[in-house]
Order: sequence, then C-alpha cells, then structure tokens
Amino acid sequence: MFDLTGRKALVTGATGGLGEEIARLLHKQGAIVGLHGTRVEKLEALAADLGGDRVKIFPANLSDRDEVKALGEKAEAELEGVDILVNNAGITKDGLFVRMSDADWDSVLEVNLTAVFRLTRELTHPMMRRRHGRIINISSVVGVTGNPGQANYCASKAGLIGFSKSLAQEIATRNVTVNCVAPGFIESAMTGKLNDKQKDAILGAIPMKRMGAGADIAAAVLYLASNEAGYVTGQTIHVNGGMAMI
Amino acid sequence: MSDIAERVKKIVIDHLGVDADKVVEGASFIDDLGADSLDTVELVMAFEEEFGVEIPDDAADSILTVGDAVKFIEKAQA
Repeated sequence: MFDLTGRKALVTGATGGLGEEIARLLHKQGAIVGLHGTRVEKLEALAADLGGDRVKIFPANLSDRDEVKALGEKAEAELEGVDILVNNAGITKDGLFVRMSDADWDSVLEVNLTAVFRLTRELTHPMMRRRHGRIINISSVVGVTGNPGQANYCASKAGLIGFSKSLAQEIATRNVTVNCVAPGFIESAMTGKLNDKQKDAILGAIPMKRMGAGADIAAAVLYLASNEAGYVTGQTIHVNGGMAMI
Repeated sequence: MSDIAERVKKIVIDHLGVDADKVVEGASFIDDLGADSLDTVELVMAFEEEFGVEIPDDAADSILTVGDAVKFIEKAQA
C-alpha cells in the first residue's frame, strides 16, 4: 500500500517543518522528490540528508511570478514529468484586519494562492496528457473556521479549497486528482514559541488535548498521492485532533 | 490535402485516438470525434504549439470542425 516507486513529486516549501516531513515520507515510499525552497543551503542539506539519491533541488522565490513559471518548467523537465505536486509553501503576515496593510494582504495572497495557481497551471497540462496526476494543496483549518488576526492567511487558505474543487471537476476525466489537506495546530518552531497560557488555550479547543505532528500531515498527503486514493478528488482532509469537525 | 491540413489531422488523431478516416474536413470534434470540452481546449493548445500561432478564446470557440481549424491556421499564417 501507498508505494510511490518511480513517481516524481515536487514539494514546495520543503525546507519548512511540514514540507520537510512531507518530502521525507514521499521519498521513503519510493518517490523521486523535487525539493523547492528559497534557501539553497537548506535545500542542499536536506537533499544530502536524504542520501542524495532520488532527490533534486529547485530554489525559487514564489513571490516572483516569473520564477514560479520557471520553477514549473524546470521541475517538469528535470524530473522528467511531475506526477505529484504538493503545494505546501505558505507565509503569514498576521495582524488585526483594521490595521492590515495592502502589502501584508498582497504578499500572503501572492505566495499562498497566486503562486499555487501559476505553478499548478504549468504542471497540470502535462499531467492531463499522461492521464495521471496528483495535486495536493496544503490548506488549513483556519481556512474553514477563520481566525482573528489572520484575515489574509485565512482568505488564502479558503481560496485553495475553492480552487481545488474547481480544478478537480475540470480535470477529473484525465485521472488527475486535486485535493487539500487542512492541518490544525501542528508542533513547529512557531508553536514552540507560545507560552504555557497560550498553549493551554489552544489545547483546550482540541479534543485530543495535544498538537499534531508533521508526520500526521505527511501521512494524509501520502494517502492522497498514492494509487489507492485514485477515486478521491475535490476533497479536504482535516487533520486536527478533532479541533473542528467539518 | 495541404501540409497544414495533414499536420492538423495528425494532431487530432494522436490526441483523440480516433481512426484516420474519420478525421475529414467536415468532422466536428465534439459531435463526430467524441471530444469533450477539455479535449477541444487541449487541441487548440496543441495547434498553437505546432504552428506557432495564437488562437484567442473567441476564435477558439468558432473552431468546431477539422476544416475550421485548418482555415484558421491558414489565415493566421498567411
């Protein structure tokens, strides 16, 4: 089950905590993995840690539209066809809405949503031609529930869900599936900085009384990437310890 | 048949997987050759690539048959 031998996967934001877990798991299951990130040294370190075998790195700045297009073309060429695209890269620029600047809105939407549109557009047509593909977008529980201070981020993550459902319907006949994984609170460098009071408040809202691990998210991504999930499209898998039951 | 017509025909056969003798000038992509709306978009993209022409959406909407495609490309290249 869930064997990805011979499949080629591109994971954006692969040097972030979540992206790294996803890339590691897809690699472990046999995929040839393209690692996208912004910092070359971190990409090289991760590639080396994966043994340098079945791995390629693709540095690119997702705020730059030309670089996003070039990333798609390069990955398609160098991996000789991307079978699995994991749009994981995302940024936050939090702030209360009434004080939110245009720049903070624009930069979050640009990276979290527009870059996904552009990169996916580059890679979808070849997938359609091959009559096989898996597009997996990392959304968030707050894209569905909302979260004060994150109007831009929540809009982008909700946007991914609508985007995925539309694309899923358009290309379902070509055996290309499009789904989202929506993580809840995940242990990371960011949540590690929270104080005990903040942590207690978060855990109080999670029936499982613990944060998730990157591996929990990676497992959902692996499922959607696998042959076994071939009949699943347009869906959002919520991995959140029961925090929101949607 | 002109060179353009031959190349158009080849693209249609390859893409839709239909018999060559079905791909005649008056054949409708959707009604006669079993294309769906996504196929027609892909065909237009394939024509653009093959012939180095740009086919705007409103023009693409009027390309319903093999003959329509050949005529459009001949005109665009003239």
